[in-house]
Amino acid sequence: MDRVTRKPRLATVWLGGCSGCHMSFLDLDERLISLAGRVELCASPLTDYKDFPETDITLVEGAVANQEHLEHIRTVRRRTKVLVSLGDCAVTGNVTAMRNIFKLEDVLDRAYRQTATVVIGIPSGNGAVPRLLERVQPVHEVVKVDHFIPGCPPSADAIHAFVMDLLEGRTTSPQGRFG
Amino acid sequence: MAERIVIHPVTRIEGHAKISIYLDDSGAVESAQFHVTEFRGFEKICEGRPFHEMPGLMSRVCGICPVSHVLASCKAGDAILGVEVPRAALLQRRLVNYAQLLQSHALSFFHLSSPDLLLGMDSPPEKRNLFGLLDRDLDFARRGIRLRQFGQRIIELVGGKRIHPPWGAPGGVLTAMNAAGRDEIRGWIAEALESIDLALGRLKGLLDSLAAEIEHIGNFPTLFLGLVSPEGTLEYYDGLIRIVDSEGNLLADGLDPHRYATYLGEASEEWSYMKFPYYKPLGYPGGKYRVGPLARLNIAKSAGTQRADRELHEFKQRSTGAVCQSFHYHLARLIEMLHAVERIDELTADPDLLGEHVRAKAGQNRSEGIGCCEAPRGTLFHHYQVNDSGLIEKVNLLIATSQNNLAMNMAVEQTARYFVSSRSLQEGMLNRVEAAIRCFDPCLSCSTHAIGQMPLVVELRGSGGELLDRVER
Repeated sequence: MDRVTRKPRLATVWLGGCSGCHMSFLDLDERLISLAGRVELCASPLTDYKDFPETDITLVEGAVANQEHLEHIRTVRRRTKVLVSLGDCAVTGNVTAMRNIFKLEDVLDRAYRQTATVVIGIPSGNGAVPRLLERVQPVHEVVKVDHFIPGCPPSADAIHAFVMDLLEGRTTSPQGRFG
Repeated sequence: MAERIVIHPVTRIEGHAKISIYLDDSGAVESAQFHVTEFRGFEKICEGRPFHEMPGLMSRVCGICPVSHVLASCKAGDAILGVEVPRAALLQRRLVNYAQLLQSHALSFFHLSSPDLLLGMDSPPEKRNLFGLLDRDLDFARRGIRLRQFGQRIIELVGGKRIHPPWGAPGGVLTAMNAAGRDEIRGWIAEALESIDLALGRLKGLLDSLAAEIEHIGNFPTLFLGLVSPEGTLEYYDGLIRIVDSEGNLLADGLDPHRYATYLGEASEEWSYMKFPYYKPLGYPGGKYRVGPLARLNIAKSAGTQRADRELHEFKQRSTGAVCQSFHYHLARLIEMLHAVERIDELTADPDLLGEHVRAKAGQNRSEGIGCCEAPRGTLFHHYQVNDSGLIEKVNLLIATSQNNLAMNMAVEQTARYFVSSRSLQEGMLNRVEAAIRCFDPCLSCSTHAIGQMPLVVELRGSGGELLDRVER
């Protein structure tokens, strides 16, 4: 990170997950104010951006569950120096991957036929919505991941300690725990 | 041939949704569709799990409103056990429910919508976010951060963890509350009331300048549905379903939420992963209704707390019938925050909150249970069927945000009709289409997507797929 010319650029990405990891990031509360002075939050669900930019650090929440996730995480990897799997869905697949023990067709059938009273169509990746992958994968099965922060979600303290270590150039110590 | 405009977030983090606008031959808007592109299959993955495990698993439906899913799940579990939960547990559940309403609404208003409202719909996109707001108005942004923090802190103090608290259980809750935690909560109340009053004043002061948006972004008649108390006041944990029409007439009242399937249906369409609930007597798609803050204020006779009642009285003067402008979801959200803090004040003054008996124990007495409560975005139903060993056989979830699906589609269409009338796309149109969706504060993961501002690309394509025009920001 070139601290002389600019602030480090931090991005957050949300794939297939519940957004709880992003909420835990917001649980930094007033520490967000000091963080805003240390980094440029260049892309995140909280900000507008046109295209995923070149970043120094990207935190990824969620597992890779559909075709769009797959394409997006590859783009993110290409443009990111340090890629971090944030939370159990990114790290292991977790709840998002629980559908892997069933056939995708049965999961869709349960959601859109058996529990519906009017069936006009079943969403399945026809262009209007992305195609679901047969098998949900953790992020590191798709692209190289540099660091892992487990937790469902990781606590705000764990996220803060990790990011500060990285910004200060310290060796990051393992933060958080599963669940 | 008709043409189709696709509004698609560039990055799909936020982009668990996109919008298609169809033009007729003259270039006028014919229709629009709001597509939700995310799916995780909770109704299937629960099969075979013990019902005691459901509050923990269901919490993971959503990181923004996990408490709603925990509570609906606990209530379905209570019904399967056939027990009444102890008073201390009931008070804890209610307290945490108000805390979540407060933190979720604070997120929606301060972190996500206020940059639009306070910095301006046309302010530079790179600054139009919470961090831009920190630069412009540090005190206001800090108050928003602290209001959300207050709600999250209550959940942590009562439930042991801010997000996905391992605390709710069929029959009650797992831990008693202590006096130190209660006292800490009470210490926040004065600041919270002051911050909400300030935000109410700021928002009301802006309404005149937003007259066009209020009039043309999601302003249409629908039914409104939600829970009310037996006295007809705001109720978020228990109560019975009331439905009013756009004139404010009572269409149905005292409906038992456990019989939801007799009056609410769900349709599936191939172009969205979010289903389309409807009011059965009026059929699909005629039986469209709205839920959430606007609906709750429209169906309740009064709030039941002093400060919120003053605001509710003024709110109801905005229309002779029900308030139909979706834009007023923002105002309704702030009034509900006021009410939530007043209720938190009452609940933390009740000595029974600290009771030690927090869980009724029983074996499985029924094979079916339905739990219903008001989530921040509307009425939430969990419906479980279990086998003799207490393992889940079937789950049906009727999610709050999805019940606004038909209305959100209408809002997008109405906004497009008003703001898009030629083949030339205007940047301002994107903001208005986003604003239409943001009014409803659709819950990102419950059923969808985007926190905050969706980065958008709008492409206008001819029938042969050729690019006619493109706008991005």
